[in-house]
Parts: sequence; C-alpha cells; structure tokens
Amino acid sequence: MSEQQAEVTTDYEPRIVAFLCKWCSSAGSDLAGVSRIQYPSNATPITVPCSGSVSPMYILSALKKGADGVLVSGCHIGDCHYIEGNYLARRKIHLVKELLGFVGVEQDRFRMSWVSAAEGAKYSQVIKDFVEDLRPLGPQTKLKADRS
Amino acid sequence: MTKKRTGVFVCHCGNNIAATVDVKKVAEVMGTEEGVAYSQDYVYMCSDPGQNAVIQSIKDNNLDSVVISCCSPNLHEKTFRDNAKRAGLNSFTCEIANIREQCAWVHKDKERATEKAIKISRSAVRRAGRDQALEPIAVPVTRKVLVIGGGIAGIQAALDIANAGLQVILVEKQATIGGHMLQLSETFPTLDCSQCILSPKMVDVSRHPNITLLTYSEVKEVSGSVGNFRVNILKKPTYVDPELCKICDDCANVCPVVVPNEFDLGLTARRAIHIPFAQAIPASYTLDESACLGLNPIRCGKCKDVCEVGAINYDMRPQTLIEDVGAIVVATGYDLYGQEHMNELGGGQIDDVLDGLQFERLCSASGATKGHVLRPSDRTVPKDVVFIQCVGSRDPANHCAYCSKICCMYTAKHASLYKHHVPDGRAYVFYIDIRSGGKGYEEFVQRIMEDDEAIYLRGRVSKLYRKGGKVRVLGTDTLTGQNVEIDADMVVLALAMEPSKGTEEIAKTLKIGRDKDGFLAEAHPKLKPVESVTAGIFLAGCAQGPKDIPETVAQAGAAASKVIGLLSQPTLSHAPTVARVRNSHCTGCEMCVSACPYNAISLENGKALVNEVLCEGCGSCSATCLRAAIEVKNATPLQIHEMIEACLA
Repeated sequence: MSEQQAEVTTDYEPRIVAFLCKWCSSAGSDLAGVSRIQYPSNATPITVPCSGSVSPMYILSALKKGADGVLVSGCHIGDCHYIEGNYLARRKIHLVKELLGFVGVEQDRFRMSWVSAAEGAKYSQVIKDFVEDLRPLGPQTKLKADRS
Repeated sequence: MTKKRTGVFVCHCGNNIAATVDVKKVAEVMGTEEGVAYSQDYVYMCSDPGQNAVIQSIKDNNLDSVVISCCSPNLHEKTFRDNAKRAGLNSFTCEIANIREQCAWVHKDKERATEKAIKISRSAVRRAGRDQALEPIAVPVTRKVLVIGGGIAGIQAALDIANAGLQVILVEKQATIGGHMLQLSETFPTLDCSQCILSPKMVDVSRHPNITLLTYSEVKEVSGSVGNFRVNILKKPTYVDPELCKICDDCANVCPVVVPNEFDLGLTARRAIHIPFAQAIPASYTLDESACLGLNPIRCGKCKDVCEVGAINYDMRPQTLIEDVGAIVVATGYDLYGQEHMNELGGGQIDDVLDGLQFERLCSASGATKGHVLRPSDRTVPKDVVFIQCVGSRDPANHCAYCSKICCMYTAKHASLYKHHVPDGRAYVFYIDIRSGGKGYEEFVQRIMEDDEAIYLRGRVSKLYRKGGKVRVLGTDTLTGQNVEIDADMVVLALAMEPSKGTEEIAKTLKIGRDKDGFLAEAHPKLKPVESVTAGIFLAGCAQGPKDIPETVAQAGAAASKVIGLLSQPTLSHAPTVARVRNSHCTGCEMCVSACPYNAISLENGKALVNEVLCEGCGSCSATCLRAAIEVKNATPLQIHEMIEACLA
C-alpha cells in the first residue's frame, strides 16, 4: 500500500498498453512518427494482426499486470483488412466495458479507437486524450495483482 | 520459458533514433534480459556493415533468434528477416522493435523515450523468445487478371497484361470502353485528336484473343487473396444482342423517348435505345432500361418491331458471372466536381456556363455542334469567353484541398482551341498560378499566351450572374490590383477532379483503402505508387489521384508490369503465421468456425481444422476461443501476455 500511496503523491504518469492493429492503427502511428507529431510517451504499443484478435483476456491481463489504461485501436468500421475483425472487436469491447463496470473498475480505463493508416494526427490525439482522461482516475489498483 | 539465445541489435539510425533515445542504454539493459545472449548498438543497422555485424554476431554467439530495435517493420522487417536467413536462422525468428516511428520521432524527453524504447524492445524480446521457425506456405496461382474500368488506364493495363500472355477480364460500367479520354476533343500539349489515338487501342482490346470484355457490368463481390481471388460480376442487360446488332440506327429513329445524352454531358439528347457514340466498343446499341417505356411490346415495342435482324430481346436478364483471377487492377477513374457545389459561380444554373468536359464536347468534331464553338443557349458564336481555373481545387475551406493538376494545361488548350475556332474572339483566363510541369507543357502555355493572345488574369472570380444575353463575370486582377468585370458570352469552369462515383463502393468491395480526399490509397507514397494496401490489387489512373494522360498510361503500364511479375511465379508464398489448433484443448464448440471471416476453419472429427491456404492469420478465432485451443503462430496468447508484462515491467 505504501508504494501505491507514493505513486499518488508523486507526479502520476498513467501507464497504457496500446493494442494496435497491424494494418491501420499501427500504420497510423507510423505516420504520426513520419510526420513528427509529438504525443506523450505513456502508451507502449503492441502490434497485433487485427483488433479482432484482441481477446478480452489481454485487456484483463494488462490491468492485472498494472496498466492504468488499455487502448485497442483498429481500422475504421467497414475498412477492416480482415473484412470483419473490427466488428468482432467492437462487440467484445462492449462486453469488456460492462464487465469492468461490474467488478468496479472505471470503464474509462479502457478505450477503443478507430485510426486509419492515413490518420497520424488522430492517433496522437487519441493518446493525448486518453492520457489526460486517465490522470484524474489515479493509478489503477483494483485489478492489479499484489506481487509483493 | 524455453531456453533461448536471442540477440538484440539497437540501431541509432544516424541521429534519427539516437537523438531522443539513449541507444547504448537500451542495448545495455537488453543485454541483462532473460534469454538474451548478446546485445549491441550500431549507427546504421540496415547498412551493409550493420547487416554483416548481425550475421557475424549470430554465428559467434550461436544465437537462435534476433530482435532489431529500429524503424517500422513496414520498412525493414523484410531486410532483417532476409539477413537473419543468410546467417542460417529461420526468418520468422527475427522480430522488429519499432523505436523510431513509435518512439524516437514522437517524443522529446530523452529519459522517457529511452524508457519506452526499452519497453518496446523488451516486448519484442519476449515475442522472439517464443517464436517458432516457420516456412512460407506455397499457394497455386491463377494466371488470369481482372481489370476494373475501361478508360485509358484500364485499356492500357489490359493490353500490356494480355500482350504478356495472361488472360484478362476487362470490366466496364458503361456501355462502351473509352472513358473520359474519349470525350476529349484534342489533347495537350501536342493537340492530337483524342479519339484518333484512343480508338485503335479500343479496337485492339475488342480483338485481343486474351481479353474478355464485359461492358455494362459491375464487380459486386470479391473474396480470396493474392493469387486466388474470386469475383462476382454483374452483367446488366443491354436488351440488344451485340452479335446481331448492325448499328443501323433504325431502332433509335423510332424510339419515342428522348433523354439527355450523358456522353455529350447533356449538350445533346439521345433516345432510350442508343449507342453512346458511333465508334463505341462493343459496336452495339443499348436499351437504357430507366428511360424505356417499359420493355413491354404492349406499351411500345417500336424498336423491336423495326429491328430487321431481331437483335432486340426484352427478355434479357441480368447475369452474374463468377471468375477466378490472380490479380486485380483498379482503374475506375475520375469525375468532375459538380457545378452544383459552386454557388457563387452559378451552381450549374446559368446557361452558357460550362464545365471543361462540356467544352471538350463543343470543340469535338463528333460533339454537340459538330466541332463549331457555339454557345448552347442560342447557338451563336461566342466572342468573349472566360475560362476560370482552380474551380473547387485548392480550396480547403470550402471544396477540395488538393490541386487537380491537369486544369492549367487543359485550360490553356481550351483557350487555344477556342482561338483557332474563333480567331477574332477574346479568351480570358483567370488563374491562381500556372502549374505546367511536364515535357513541352510550359512552352505550350507560353505559346497560348503569346501566339494565341489569350488574356491571362492572375486572380479569382468572386461571382457569375446572368445579365441580359451575357454572363457577368466579377473577378480581380491581383497583378494590377484592379477589379475586373467582363460581360462574357460563355464561361468555362476548370472544375476539380474527384474520384469517380462508385469509388467508395468499389474500395469497400475490394477492401482497399482510400486517402483523405477519397482517391484510392497507394501502399507507399513513394516506393509503392501502383500497389494498393492489399496484396495482388494494383491501381492505375485517376482513381489513385489526379493525373494527365501520359502519366496515366505510364502508371497503367507500371501496374501491368507488377501484375506480370507477380503472376510469372509458379506459386506464391503465403505467410505461415496462420492459425493452429491445439487438439488437446479443442472441444469442437465451433465458435472459431463462425468467427472466421475466410471460412478457413471446419470441423473434422469433432475438432477444428484450419485450411492454411485460406487462413490470413487475423486471429479472430483465437480471441473467440474460450479454451485457448486455437492461436495464430508467432502471435500466440502466451506471447501476447508476456509482451504485456514486458510493457509494464
């Protein structure tokens, strides 16, 4: 507990795991890079084949391992490289939100966005917004496993 | 965790990464990670010495997998995987940690960027720790190509591919091939007749033994992937048998329905049964169902009665054709931005205010006025003609942000054609600036200004309105600082080019991306200008962005050569990162079967079975399975969980 309190009192930097689909959002984040659009370094990207491949277990796993927020970003609805993967993602994501609410985790800790390969600026904005929205929530402790 | 000997190689990318990320520290920290047997940093990992260093380290340290912390995998994943292969590793045991685009280039704080680079690299190390050696799956190739769009781009691509000995299916939505180029009178900068240079190519298409031409047809569905697409093509009924039709015009003479002729952009009229123009390919009439009185002999039936050869058949029905092809070229072209968007310029409601294509039809020998420049409202010879450039282009606030590229040149051509038809007339051109990059283009514009005495006014037009028999043009000449008022007999708007109607639909059908302006997106703006983001689908012509005829022909040729290169291989290799079933865990619940977008999973003996050729490795199955019984190779749940941990450690 003492460690968590220390985190609150110091400058709290939310830790985000960002699942990016390979075809749109990861390429969009590449474009943000090529365009040198600056955004906070709080989110560590994990590139996955498709937003539809993100199992709810990954989201819970990230929260359990201490993430303060989890982002899943895919192609725009209708533009999925794998035809309909992002539709599956959208359905699952709704359930995850419900589940988080049910167990008492702020639903805002989990976010889904649609970022195409041409939307570098949007990707950086998504990260900026998410970081800002996570700050008032403070560190996520509900699902974080106590490893001490 | 399996005992691994991973090597981590951190690239400085000159100063691109090293300026923001402490690369030495990243290499140092990675050296202490579990499973890492060796780590180093180097100034340019992708250079020859850099790649050789990787090979040497693999051999010296007996490495079984490598992580390269460098730029995006889109750039150099292939480079480094090929390199790992040269050192005797399996190329799928090489992972890229993107610390440039996703880190160094988007952050300023060196300490935090370094921290993030370490997380990204560590995550890649975890993935590599459980990577399996995989071999590409060989897939047979269908040596047949679909070309969508029968304008000059589609025609050129189809001919080039067919001449290489491959079968081509050319699908065109209209009743004839030829596209917009056919509507043009002359082409800049040589002023050669557009039809004269295009018609022979159209005839070549119709006679080519390797080309199947499907006009009045649309692509409705596409499935499969590179090398093996399956397409559904809807062939709309023309109600006329092209084999029998003698193009005698008897039917059109008796048809009682008169509608605007779209080929002349409404400047002339046609009948419900019509031929778009005399040299149409295929040379046959088409009965426009939407205009016809009802395809019912009781109501009309005049055309059927008069047709001596019995070519007209009211019972013709739409046909759906299914074709297997190995590659697709999309050449769906452009349309002009509608005049209705330009309210200050009359919004298309003022007579004698034409768009560029209408003016082409006025100048064309086969056009509305048989090549005499007469204004449409009263068929008099216009003496003052105002040409306005950049209408709808370069106006991010209200219309299209981009430059439509060809308008400077075609407006100069229009002014020239007009002056040749009406030597004592005055041609005024309003422009923002003249963009005449191209062989002989600048000289052409200068010639129009000097020899043809077109009056170029640098400035924009704020308003057009009807005043008596004239069109009052209110503009400004920014070089003299004067407002300009011209009472014009005719005004020609150089409207922006936009993607043709239906581009959005075809992009969705083909699952290829579009850019912010709606044009089809190329895979890389510089290095892959004719490839779409989907393997096996290529782009040609104005569907990809505004361009002139020579550029379109060049791009179509480039797309054709890519197709020929692709289909000249006996088999294609399919990425082996496909789904795998863990039979011990599978209960045969079939949830993965219904989640698979490719119908690649079936149930055999109560267990899921993956067809590796159909599987694209999207992982929808894996995310759906409740028992972790199905996973994508080298992106398994175990790997992802370990990567998550690495990101948060």
